[in-house]
Amino acid sequence: MEIYFFILFATLAVTSAIAMITTKDTVNSALFLVLNLISVAGIFLLLKAQFLAVVQVLVYGGAIMVLFLFVIMLLNLGSEEHLLSRFSVKYVLAFFLGVIVLSQLLYAIASVTGTLPDLSPQMEQVGTVEALGDELFTTYMLPVLVTAILLTAAVVGGILLAQRKFSGK
Amino acid sequence: MIELDWYLGLSAILFTIGVIGVLTRKNAIVIFMCAELMLNSVNLTLVSFSAQLGDVHGQILVFFSLCVAAAEAAVGLAIIIAIYRNHLSVDVSRIHLLRW
Repeated sequence: MEIYFFILFATLAVTSAIAMITTKDTVNSALFLVLNLISVAGIFLLLKAQFLAVVQVLVYGGAIMVLFLFVIMLLNLGSEEHLLSRFSVKYVLAFFLGVIVLSQLLYAIASVTGTLPDLSPQMEQVGTVEALGDELFTTYMLPVLVTAILLTAAVVGGILLAQRKFSGK
Repeated sequence: MIELDWYLGLSAILFTIGVIGVLTRKNAIVIFMCAELMLNSVNLTLVSFSAQLGDVHGQILVFFSLCVAAAEAAVGLAIIIAIYRNHLSVDVSRIHLLRW
């Protein structure tokens, strides 16, 4: 079961990554990247890194991709009627069907060679929020604070770069 | 017994797709998204090593990598908006002010 899910998520990730770089429309490309990030979050879940899977969906799939989509819409790079004509339900259905079929085929191949993702038994405790937070707020206290400064500097720099005129003049 | 290879192979494939995207695409935003894809595949490598070794430090590195990716996305998209104001385009083949 675990290996089936691994192959499903892996196929989804690779297919959506290829679709991301081959599609012409920027909005479609961003949406395929969201799919790719969510399937990688599923693989994190298979690796029993629960906290990072949740953070991946929240930060990458949520915050960063909303930022990307916002900039794409702001610059008006993808024309809407173009998007609607390409983004048909039939194509989405065909895409998911293809992914499922391909993953089942690879599952059948992999079951012959007998490959099982084997995790460390300690991973049940290591991947939790408790273990990560314990380490982050004791050993890595200074890097966490530096990261906070980095994020603040990035936000200030982003606002300064993106605003039309510097108000200090 | 330990099939680390599958996760590393997937990570390598995703990284390669990201490299191909950076090399072939001309839209600056798509190039940025490919860079995010590459960062994400390296995160996958770190998490899989951390899971095989039962060590928490790999995941902490992924946590910081996520923070840097968020900061990079914010600043990079601001730069893209500034370039778009000056050139009315995000096509990297047309932005050649600092190029011969």
